[in-house]
Amino acid sequence: MTSPPKKKKPKKKKKPRQKTRTPMPEQDTEARGKNFDEVPLGYSVEMARQEAERCLICKKPGCVSGCPVNVDIPGFVELVARGEFAAAARKVKETNALPAVCGRVCPQESQCEAKCSLGKKFEPVAVGRLERFVADYERENNLVELPDKQPANGRKVAVIGAGPSGLTVAGDLILLGYEVTIFEAFHKPGGVLMYGIPEFRLPKNIVESEVDYLVQLGVTLKLNQVVGQTITIEELFEEEGFDAVFIGVGAGLPMFLGVEGEDLGGVYSANEYLTRSNLMKAYRFPEYDTPLVRGKNVCVIGGGNVAMDSARTALRLGADRVNIVYRRSRNELPARAEEIHHAEEEGVIFRLLTNPLAFEGDERGMVKAMKCLQMELGEPDDSGRRRPVPIEGSEFTIETDLIIVAIGAGANPLLTKATEGLQLNRWSYVEADASGRTTKERVWAGGDIVTGSATVIEAMGAGRIAARDIHEYISQSGNTSPWVAQPSGEE
Amino acid sequence: MSRILQKFELVPNIHEMVLDAPQVAAKAKPGHFVIVMADERGERVPLTIADFDPAAGTITLVLMAIGTSSYKLARLSEGDDLYAMIGPLGHPSEIADFGTVVMVAGGVGTAPIYPIAKALKQRGNRVISIQGARNAELLFWSDKLAAVSDEHIITTDDGSQGRKGLVTEPLKELLQDADHQIGCIYAIGPAIMMKFCAETTRPFEIKTVVSLNTIMVDGTGMCGGCRVKVGQQTLFTCVDGPEFDGHLVDWETVLSRQKIYTEEEKCSLDRYVEEGKQT
Repeated sequence: MTSPPKKKKPKKKKKPRQKTRTPMPEQDTEARGKNFDEVPLGYSVEMARQEAERCLICKKPGCVSGCPVNVDIPGFVELVARGEFAAAARKVKETNALPAVCGRVCPQESQCEAKCSLGKKFEPVAVGRLERFVADYERENNLVELPDKQPANGRKVAVIGAGPSGLTVAGDLILLGYEVTIFEAFHKPGGVLMYGIPEFRLPKNIVESEVDYLVQLGVTLKLNQVVGQTITIEELFEEEGFDAVFIGVGAGLPMFLGVEGEDLGGVYSANEYLTRSNLMKAYRFPEYDTPLVRGKNVCVIGGGNVAMDSARTALRLGADRVNIVYRRSRNELPARAEEIHHAEEEGVIFRLLTNPLAFEGDERGMVKAMKCLQMELGEPDDSGRRRPVPIEGSEFTIETDLIIVAIGAGANPLLTKATEGLQLNRWSYVEADASGRTTKERVWAGGDIVTGSATVIEAMGAGRIAARDIHEYISQSGNTSPWVAQPSGEE
Repeated sequence: MSRILQKFELVPNIHEMVLDAPQVAAKAKPGHFVIVMADERGERVPLTIADFDPAAGTITLVLMAIGTSSYKLARLSEGDDLYAMIGPLGHPSEIADFGTVVMVAGGVGTAPIYPIAKALKQRGNRVISIQGARNAELLFWSDKLAAVSDEHIITTDDGSQGRKGLVTEPLKELLQDADHQIGCIYAIGPAIMMKFCAETTRPFEIKTVVSLNTIMVDGTGMCGGCRVKVGQQTLFTCVDGPEFDGHLVDWETVLSRQKIYTEEEKCSLDRYVEEGKQT
C-alpha cells in the first residue's frame, strides 16, 4: 500500500464498466479457523482504485441517504479513484469518526450498498471495503491529520459509555468547541467494539487508534466509572458542572433461556463468553490471566451476529464441532449474510428448527448434554415470521461441553434505576424522541439503550443526531448557562 | 490512579493493602465491593471493601494469595499503582436496629465483616462476633473486631487459640440461649462455611445474611457470570448482591460454580510460578 498516489488521469476513452465487485482477499479458510487474525485482508491500492472506478458518481446518490451518518460516499469514492486516499479518508471523517470500524462491521448490504444505482443492473460498489481501505491507508501511512476545531465555548458535555454512539457524540461535539468527557465502566474504551466483536472481525488496535484520534482531538476519557453506581447523573450536573449528558450505555443485560441447568459450568451468556475472550483476551490464556471454558462440542443458541461471533470464537479455541442451534429456519436467521457465510465456510454446523429444553450436567457441575425439541414452521407470528412450533415426540439430546446463550440482550437497569425523571418504555429502554432527547432535562440518549440491540452504525447515527441537538439546545440557551453559576471558565 | 499507600502481610498469605482512592472512599459503605486489576493482563478481581476513610481518601482491601491474580496483587508494593479499580459496587449492607446481631467471620471473611460490625455497633446494636480460622497463626484483625463487638469469640480448627472447633458451634449455642434475642446473623467467609452457618440458623428462623464472592467479570450486571439462584429467582451477585438471604441461596450452585476454572487456575498458577523462577 505504499505506491504513490497518481495524478488525475486525462480523460480518455471510457473503459467498459466492471460489472462485478473487485474481490477482497481473505485469509485461507483452513488457517483462519485456528487463529484470531482478521479474516478479510483489505484492498490493495490497485484494487481500491479499480473498485472506485466503478462508481457512477450519481448526482442524487441513494447511497448517502442509505447511510445512517450520511457519509459523502460519491465524494470519497471519487477521491479514491483519483488516488487521493488520505483526502478520501478525511472526506469520510467529516461525518464518521470511526471509518475503519464501520468499513468492517457495518451491514452495508442493507444500507448504502442497497441503494447503489450501479446495483440496479450489476453488483453495487463495495462501499464498505473502500471505506475500510481509506481509513487503513491513512492510519498505516501515518497520514492522520487533526481537523480544525471551533474555539472552546466553555460548555461541558458528559458522555456515558465509550461505545459507538458515545464516541460519535464526543467526536462531533469536540469539533464544535465543547469540553467532552466520556465515562466508561470498563478499563478500556470502545464498548461493544472492544468486548463484543472478536479480533478476527475487528482488530482491537484499530478500535484503540480510532479512540486515540478522539483523545488527540481533546476528548477526556474517564475509565472505570459506572455512572448510576459510582457517580450519578445528578452529580455530573451539580458537582461536575456538566451542561448536558448523553447516555449511550448499550444494551448490557444478558438474556438467558430460563431452562433447567442453565447455571451449570460451561454455560455462558454470549456477553460473558465474548467479554472474556475479547476484552479480557482469554483467547490468549494463559498469557492473559482470564480463563474461558474451551469446549470440544459446542452449542451456540441463537442465530444473530453475536451467535456467529461466539461460534467462530469457539472454533478458534479448539472446538471439534460447533453447532448454531436456532429454533426457526435458515430464512429467519437474523445474522448478516456475510457472517453466516463465514461461519459456514469455517465449518460451523447449523442445527435449525431446534429448540433447547434443558441442560444436563456431570458430577462436577459442568454441562455435558442438551435436551432439544425439533420444531416446524407454523403460522406467522407478531413479527411476521413463521412461528416455530414443536413437533410432538421429537425430543433428542446433543452431547455438548460448552453452551453459549446468544438470544439477545436487554436494557441494563443500573443507570436508569438510579436516575430520576428518566422515562423508560415497557422493555425498560430509555424513551427518547427523534432528536435523542429524553424526558429528563438536559439528558439525551441513543444507541441500543434506546432502540434495543441494533447495529454499530445505527448507534452512531443516533449519536450524530443527538450531538446536533445538544449543540442546538445549548447554543439557544445563550452564552451564560442558566444552570451553572459560571461556565467552566476555560479560555 | 489507585496508588498503594501501605501494604503488608497480615498473616501468612493474607495481605492488607491501603489504597489512595478518594472517589471510592467518599462513596463506600459497609458491604460494598470493588473490582481490581493488578496489570493489563490480569483478571478483574472482586474484593469487598474491608475499611474506608473518606477524610483520608483511602480504602483498605484484604486478600488471600491463592491463584495467579491474587498473587499478582499480593506482590505489588507500596508506591505501585493498580492497573484498574472500579467501585464501590453492589448494594451496601442493611445497617438497621436488629437488637443483637451475631457476626460470623471465617478466614479472610474477617476483613469484609469488620466494617459491617462496626456500623451495626455504631447504630446501637449489641454485636457478638465469632471469628474462626484454621489456627492461631492465621487469625488477623482480632483486636479490631473485638473493639467493635460486645462479645468476641474465637474458634480455631486445631484449638491453638480460642475454642477448638468450627464457628457453627458457638453460633448454635448463642441461638439456643433464649436470653440473647438475636435479631440478625451475618456470616462471611468461605462458601462452605456460609452454607453451614445458614443451615445452623435455619431452624431458628432468624434472618441470616451472607456475602457471596462469586467469579465476576464486569461487576455491572452485564455478563451474568456471577448468577446465583436465590429462592425462585436467578440473581446477579454484582448488582443484586453481594449480600443475600443465606436461607434462600442455592448453595450447591454457588459451590460448583466456584470450581468452573479449577484446571485453568492451576495451569495459570503453574505458569506464573515458573515465570517467577526464571526472573
